Amino acid sequence: MNENEEVADERVLEKALARDSAPPETGAAGTVPGSELLTDAVDMSIVGEPAILEVRDIGKTYGSIIALKGVSASVSASEVLCVLGDNGAGKSTFIKILAGAHDYSSGALLVDGVKRHFSSPRAALDAGVATVYQDLAVVPLMPVWRNFFLGSELSSAGMLKVRQMKAITKQELGKMGIDLRDVDQPIGTLSGGERQSVAIARAVYFGARVVILDEPTSALGVKQAGVVLKYIARARDNGLGVVFITHNPHHAYPVGDRFLLLKRGVSLGLYDKSEIAIDELTGLMAGGAELEALAHELARA
Amino acid sequence: MTTSTLPGGAAPSLDERLKRANPLVKALRRPEVGAGVAAILIFIFFSVVTDSFLTPAGVSTWLYSASLYGIMAVAVALLMIGGEFDLSAGAMTGTTGLMVGVLTTWYGLSVWVALIIALAFALGIGFFNGIIVMKTGLPSFIVTLGTFFILQGINLAVTKLITGQVAIQGMTNVPGYSGVKAIFGESIGFGSSGFHLETAVIWWVVITIIATVVLMRTRAGNWIFAVGGQLQSARQTGVPVNRTKIGLFMTTAGCGWLVGMLSLFDVGTVQATTGIGDEFIYIICAVVGGCLLTGGFGSAAGAAIGALIYGMTLQGIVFAQWDNNWLKAFLGAMLLLAVLINLYVRRQAGGRE
Repeated sequence: MNENEEVADERVLEKALARDSAPPETGAAGTVPGSELLTDAVDMSIVGEPAILEVRDIGKTYGSIIALKGVSASVSASEVLCVLGDNGAGKSTFIKILAGAHDYSSGALLVDGVKRHFSSPRAALDAGVATVYQDLAVVPLMPVWRNFFLGSELSSAGMLKVRQMKAITKQELGKMGIDLRDVDQPIGTLSGGERQSVAIARAVYFGARVVILDEPTSALGVKQAGVVLKYIARARDNGLGVVFITHNPHHAYPVGDRFLLLKRGVSLGLYDKSEIAIDELTGLMAGGAELEALAHELARA
Repeated sequence: MTTSTLPGGAAPSLDERLKRANPLVKALRRPEVGAGVAAILIFIFFSVVTDSFLTPAGVSTWLYSASLYGIMAVAVALLMIGGEFDLSAGAMTGTTGLMVGVLTTWYGLSVWVALIIALAFALGIGFFNGIIVMKTGLPSFIVTLGTFFILQGINLAVTKLITGQVAIQGMTNVPGYSGVKAIFGESIGFGSSGFHLETAVIWWVVITIIATVVLMRTRAGNWIFAVGGQLQSARQTGVPVNRTKIGLFMTTAGCGWLVGMLSLFDVGTVQATTGIGDEFIYIICAVVGGCLLTGGFGSAAGAAIGALIYGMTLQGIVFAQWDNNWLKAFLGAMLLLAVLINLYVRRQAGGRE
């Protein structure tokens, strides 16, 4: 017992010594002008300007089923966060938490650095987080401008301000790089990519700072997917935070700044673009070993 | 999706497609245009074939005939644009008329009080239809088919039970009858020309205008198109879906009350079978006027023109002294033609989903 106590004491002493010797070391590092500046900059970005939307160690259980566990990521203005994962990876659960459709069970969701629980999609929308689902929430037979303002129509004395709404629609779509000759045409006559960007433009106009795009390219052909990626880049350049959910690394890589990989409800990691190449991304997503095994199997057959 | 094969960015390919749009299709995209053309052709046809169609008295007759169907067709059109049907709309015109008749002639109620009770009843039934459809998700076709049979049964059974007959008599002796008739059943003559304008025609025009303005220029109108066009999208964008649809059912029932009053105070009597079978005519008028059966597309003016076609044909066949049964055959042909045109237009104008 005594011996053990002595050992413990020694360890405490060692730690105390280490602590004593530590400050001079950091102080020495701090004397290098470049690194001091860098430290300050990092501190400022953390303290002064938190990410618009951040999740920390977030999780969701449905009864006994763990749909999502320990996922952390964040998105700031003018940044594209790509969420990649195969079917059943937890992407839908992740979207639903961000969109306010489901509350999370563990961890934290922060808006501008403040912890929040979204009670409804409306609450998320009010916080500036808008979700564009795959069906885009448009009515195909209605004109573009009516779709743009659906549910939030401008009116005075009960009458719609038609001219103003048409002008705003044209202008907002112009910002996304879509030049419609006629905002009166049914939105169903637009191509899939254009409809997608109308939905994005609508979200932005109604105060979204972060848009969550649920598989916007999955139903589209190669060219149209390219069009959507261009609009995503445009939205990012306009100062928007974008959460881009996809299962296609070839769509994610060109526009993404950071990549969150999900598999079976857990995070496989969050990578900066500089840290990961597209091959690695693809490999991680498919599960490299599994893909090799598959290649092997197919080759034999 | 064929669009993926289009060259270049979004804007140029879009312009290409706009230029390619067929002008005829563009014109027919407006739901009332096709019906308008048909109405003009039918007007010319009966004007040439019969002697009395174009006389002032003749015009008064088919206008009045069209008006009663027109009011209901407009209301039913709004409901159909909102994606629902109301098969109880025809029986409702009978129920409200019978109600006012029984309450005044048998229970001695003031005619104004009876009017309000009947209106409240109609709106209540409309609300009931709406809430059942929205809460259960059952097709309105089935729900209102049920209400239709209930009303039809009540109309006959209750009228027989109370009056011992199947019609209301003695309405003209009810105090205040002439005052109410001035609103609902007046016929304004224009000198010796023989032209007389029924108040029903004025009601029809006013209701068509109101419905058109609501549909095209108010938030409610936007919501009607949205709930009928894509219910899920309407929900996601925050449109008060239930309120909109229930409101439409109540509007249809309310118009059923109006038509009930218009026919009651025009002739001073009402049969227990009034309105039975008319519900399909309203729907046909709305479809001929460009409404899609699947909802989300159509116009109030179109439905009014559809009713005009029906009224002109109904009376035109009488003036021509043809067999009355030709009307049914004609109606069926018009309906099929309209549905085919609608289908074609929709495929051109936004069937891509």
